[in-house]
Amino acid sequence: MKHFLAAAIGAAGLLLTAPVLAQTPPNVAVVGQIAEPKSLDPATVTAVNDFRILVNVYDGLTRYKDGTLEVEPSLAESWTISDDGTVYTFKLRSGVKFHDGSDFNAEAVKFNFDRMLKEDHPAHDTGPFPLAFFFSAVEEVSVVDDLTVEFKLNAPYAPFLSNLAYPTGLIVSPAEVEAKGTEFGRQPSGTGAYKFAEWEPNAKVVLTRNEDYWDGAPPLEAIVYRPITDANTRIAEMLAGGLDIMVEVPPDSLAQFRDNPDYQVLEQAGPHVWFLILNAKEGPFADKKVRQAANYAIDKQALVENVLQGTAEVAAGPTPPAFAWAYDETLEPYPHDPEKAKALLEEAGYDGEELTFYVTEGGSGMLDPIAMGTAIQADLQEVGMKVKIETYEWNTFLGKVNPGLEGKADMAEMAWMTNDPDTLPYLALRSEAFPDKGGFNSGYYSNPEVDELLNKAREVTDQAERAKLYKQMQQIVQEDAPWVFVANWKQNAVTKAGVENFKLQPSFFLMLQDVAKPQ
Amino acid sequence: MGLYIAKRLLAAIPVLFGLTIIVFVIMALIPGDPATAILGSYATPENVAKLNKDLGLDKPMVQQYFIWLGNLFQGDLGRSYTLNRPVLDEVMERFWATLILAGSALVLCSILGLIAGVISAVRQFSWADKLITFIVLIGISTPSFWLGLLLILAFSVQLKWFPVSGMYAIYGGGGPLDLLHHLFLPAVTLAAVATGVIARLTRTAMLEVLRQDYIRTARAKGLSERRVIYRHAFKAALVAVIPVIGIQAGFVLGGAVYIETVFQWPGIGSMLVKAISTRDLLLVQGGVLVVAAAYVLFNLAADVVQTLIDPRLR
Repeated sequence: MKHFLAAAIGAAGLLLTAPVLAQTPPNVAVVGQIAEPKSLDPATVTAVNDFRILVNVYDGLTRYKDGTLEVEPSLAESWTISDDGTVYTFKLRSGVKFHDGSDFNAEAVKFNFDRMLKEDHPAHDTGPFPLAFFFSAVEEVSVVDDLTVEFKLNAPYAPFLSNLAYPTGLIVSPAEVEAKGTEFGRQPSGTGAYKFAEWEPNAKVVLTRNEDYWDGAPPLEAIVYRPITDANTRIAEMLAGGLDIMVEVPPDSLAQFRDNPDYQVLEQAGPHVWFLILNAKEGPFADKKVRQAANYAIDKQALVENVLQGTAEVAAGPTPPAFAWAYDETLEPYPHDPEKAKALLEEAGYDGEELTFYVTEGGSGMLDPIAMGTAIQADLQEVGMKVKIETYEWNTFLGKVNPGLEGKADMAEMAWMTNDPDTLPYLALRSEAFPDKGGFNSGYYSNPEVDELLNKAREVTDQAERAKLYKQMQQIVQEDAPWVFVANWKQNAVTKAGVENFKLQPSFFLMLQDVAKPQ
Repeated sequence: MGLYIAKRLLAAIPVLFGLTIIVFVIMALIPGDPATAILGSYATPENVAKLNKDLGLDKPMVQQYFIWLGNLFQGDLGRSYTLNRPVLDEVMERFWATLILAGSALVLCSILGLIAGVISAVRQFSWADKLITFIVLIGISTPSFWLGLLLILAFSVQLKWFPVSGMYAIYGGGGPLDLLHHLFLPAVTLAAVATGVIARLTRTAMLEVLRQDYIRTARAKGLSERRVIYRHAFKAALVAVIPVIGIQAGFVLGGAVYIETVFQWPGIGSMLVKAISTRDLLLVQGGVLVVAAAYVLFNLAADVVQTLIDPRLR
């Protein structure tokens, strides 16, 4: 007994004297991630969590200009678009090498897209490539010369340049894909500012500085990504000094970092919109007045301030303001006006019929769906709309909502995060996008004018011209109210005060090329 | 004895098989599929169908099961869709981490629980008994994930004695000492509840044994009190406690899920939760199989130990 106690005390003493390496070394940034990455092969992943690593290892032909969602040259120095909008010719940057030493050239670009899109390509078995449909308009990629590559599209498709800036379009090293096969995702090689160094499963992914980076070697020597799934643990690790940068901080905890001079808090609204799909095909919401009444009845300001604690802004229409060039600034959100809602309901002859409301428990970009669902239910009750909530786990929820609400529900929560103003309305608001036609228009909204505007916006390659079409679309859709437009999420991050030049991007990508941490 | 163990092991095989079938059926019945989970908002029927085909999930469930079974006999548990690595690698790494955590928690709770139980029985109604009972009840009634967070706040964030999370230090870690340093808080948290249960049970068993005639005889023979308690009473009480420790092993394995999440311990419990929510069938299947096999072995071990201590059971 005595021996045991002595041994136990001795062991405890040993533990306490062992050094705690909570402080991170200078010139190394430790980033707290929300999950273990799936793969570091950009063509095969879909999660923002993985993108946060990838955008620092790879480059695309285009990229988003700092602080915007407008594209600028990256691995492509310049490009021309044919008059009919179907042929894109890219002039590539010369002298760029992949981390493994092989050359970046037109052949490499062709390899990347053929691998994703052609089932008979020798490297197609390194997939699957779930987001390859981003490039489904691409008919043929051809090498013109070593530094010129041509994309032939099957129809004009204006979002193409912006899709190239999306992580699915990041360029991988063909030599390494051929050498490693499916293992490439665990030993990646790109052209980016940081090289892959090490991946210890469930512990860390380490990137080191690419001294030969074509856009100038980054200030940091290394980045360490640590997966910490529990938000409270992430916060504790940040407070203990084990992290330099942390993303997706729960709203409750932001204040404690804000008040502390050792940390800086950053927020940035992104291309995200949280909305309610209304079933415009049957039931009370088939009447536009009832749909508008719902928009007036719901107190979005209160939702954003109380439920989401200021981590989102009130949405005015279907397009998030982060798409600054395509967003209609004149759009005002539906005000909270229960009287107006009641008047509209009466005009429409709404008889108090019970509404079924699909709510999810969680899910990508859904914020705090249960609390929001109940608050919305209470607001609608206030104006005399009886709402019955049905709650489902995220995957089940998608399985119910995506095939369409007909015969099942009157309204459903939904959120989207996109990279081009085309994506969401094109996939979820056109008559041609009803679920049975392979789209996401689960509420069956149909307005030929909107259809035409959206189709035309794909064909026009001039940005100002496209912007005009999107702005018109937003006006009509807001008036028609196929959805209740609720919120645009602000991404947040906390860093140690010593982290320099850290910025959040509207794309929600975590660009660390210019970040420094001298201490 | 050898025959007994062999019989028990053989009996476990149909149990494990049945389990794999149940897991397959349940995973087939719950709505949603891996393709929907991977595609998220982009899960159109068309995209889902294509991705399921690429993942080899368009075949009938029965056929999928037999393919899986055939591969199992060759030692291949398939490849995880969500992690893009062999299931066997992931499951073994994760299971090893859980084994370290649950094993040390089990050792900790057995030792502490037995000591506390014996002390409070021998000194029944003394202040030591009352104090131990008080602490033990707090231990039993505290949710372990909350206790874990409190310990992190006190010992990691404030005092900085122990790391917050992970199994090894991010820089220069890797030795057994580093592991022990990371293990301390999660193991203590995980042991808290089980320690209480074992302590309460040991106390009751000891009290019962101490009232027996043979204890009075031993004392009457003039044996030292120490000898009476450790040789005669404790050994007899242990027989009642050992199977409970075996059951606690199962609880510790199950409870590890919360602790693994709180301390970011890369164990199999948190892996399974993630695998189920992403509908990663092969990963669930591999994980459940390993955990179930371990559970069977733990219980067998407890029974064997009990038989060794108590000759009447042979």
